[in-house]
Amino acid sequence: MLNISEVLETNKMIQDENLDVRTITMGVSLLDCADAGVGATCEKIRAKILRIAGGLVRTGEDISREFGIPIVNKRISITPISLVGASCCRTPGDYVTIARTLDRTAGELGVNFLGGYSAIVSKGMTPSDELLIRSIPEALAVTERICSSVNVGSTKTGLDMDAVRLMGETVKATAERTKDRDSLGCAKLVVLCNAPDDNPFMAGAFHGVSEADAIVNVGVSGPGVVKYVLEQMRGADFETLCETIKKTAFKITRVGQLVAQEASRRLGVPFGIIDLSLAPTPAVGDSVADILKEIGLEQPGAPGTTAALAMLNDQVKKGGVMASSYVGGLSGAFIPVSEDQGMIDAVNAGALTIEKLEAMTCVCSVGLDMIAIPGDTPAATISGIIADEAAIGMVNQKTTAVRIIPVIGKSVGDTVEFGGLLGHAPVMPVNRFDCTAFISRKGRIPAPIHSFKN
Amino acid sequence: MKKAIITVVGRDTVGILARVCTFLAENQANILDISQTVVQDYFNMMMIVDTARSSTPFADLVGGLDGIGKELGLQIKCQKSEIFEKMHRI
Repeated sequence: MLNISEVLETNKMIQDENLDVRTITMGVSLLDCADAGVGATCEKIRAKILRIAGGLVRTGEDISREFGIPIVNKRISITPISLVGASCCRTPGDYVTIARTLDRTAGELGVNFLGGYSAIVSKGMTPSDELLIRSIPEALAVTERICSSVNVGSTKTGLDMDAVRLMGETVKATAERTKDRDSLGCAKLVVLCNAPDDNPFMAGAFHGVSEADAIVNVGVSGPGVVKYVLEQMRGADFETLCETIKKTAFKITRVGQLVAQEASRRLGVPFGIIDLSLAPTPAVGDSVADILKEIGLEQPGAPGTTAALAMLNDQVKKGGVMASSYVGGLSGAFIPVSEDQGMIDAVNAGALTIEKLEAMTCVCSVGLDMIAIPGDTPAATISGIIADEAAIGMVNQKTTAVRIIPVIGKSVGDTVEFGGLLGHAPVMPVNRFDCTAFISRKGRIPAPIHSFKN
Repeated sequence: MKKAIITVVGRDTVGILARVCTFLAENQANILDISQTVVQDYFNMMMIVDTARSSTPFADLVGGLDGIGKELGLQIKCQKSEIFEKMHRI
């Protein structure tokens, strides 16, 4: 029988330590919506999403009320739209028409975001992939809820450097196209390497072709809970520290598992995966940076940060894996800058640079995330940053990503306000040395050798 | 059996238990166990109830108890028990 201290512990996590389920993301395959005409494709897409995901928001709200656990986001991920539109889209404008349909449909359903305005071009781009990528700046400017992602490489295929070059230009064009809103479009655009098919988190969520027709994926959260238990562990040895993080991750993940199973049962859609990520928010106390401080760093970015983060990330996975029947997605600690007050403070204190963040992404999920950079940063430099991050993912067999915002009209020292969960960010300096000659080369970087590991 | 956990947290006053129990009786929810502690004048109570015979929708039980809590200046939550069982039992 449950005892009062267990019940009060759970409710304290929810009420005081920001424990929540960050997202229920329903994956919907749109492969059967492809048609020869743009209008017909849009109609089929709308009808299918409404049919499969019609009850998503209400079900999420019901579960939240009945179990007393906040479910922050209800989202949809779809088949990469470059595949769905391949047979009908002849211009970037055709893809934008699909984006508008998706946005309207997401609005009708009341979901927070819809992800999958995507192309998977790990080895090369088809004409439709390229059209989609060229449509991204306009699509993100004229829609509200659409998230876009492009996968430019993988451990097995190497890096498509033509796509890397094009994505540098696309990020820059998206920033220009949304400059009246502090280049907000770039906050909904992520460039990935080794993108998983079942990620529930935005902006990189899409419903991969390896997935079933529809699926429910859940992303849990809870940096605040981990931070609180570590406050009680000051001075403890690493064994105690790791055991504590594991136990806490287990408890957090069990809540996610419960929500996922309930959502799956009520919606009549199979349960896919739990994503074991520690996802921060700009709310005070809901910060991965604060955990790093609690582990013993004055600020994230101090020497020791990469080791502390590696340990945190590994313990979260070890604790979470046993709590869930299926684990997938990104599964690791997120280190976005604008979405984590502790990270913002570390940047403002001069403790954290893009280079240190890059090192941190070697040991955790997922990459250079929500980083504002000067608006005059050249497209080639952005491509260089993307290539570096993708190379880390390719060589280390992990997912990496770049979601940076070159804020047009702003420079180092300025602050950008994105609002809501996207938070606010100080504009960070970027290495000003040129990489144009490297980025201008055509073709691919071959897949890495999988032996002689050093 | 459909178990739910009711928690009451707030400053101790006369008649808290009476109000909650009356509401539960009116809604055919059967009380299985009650435990409570008072820490520094703060009243912490947990009640395990069976709502299987209640015809009231669960959301209305949640809303009704929340309303009583607001009236008495307390926080009263009613949650399905699985969230606690999942978290604290393997």
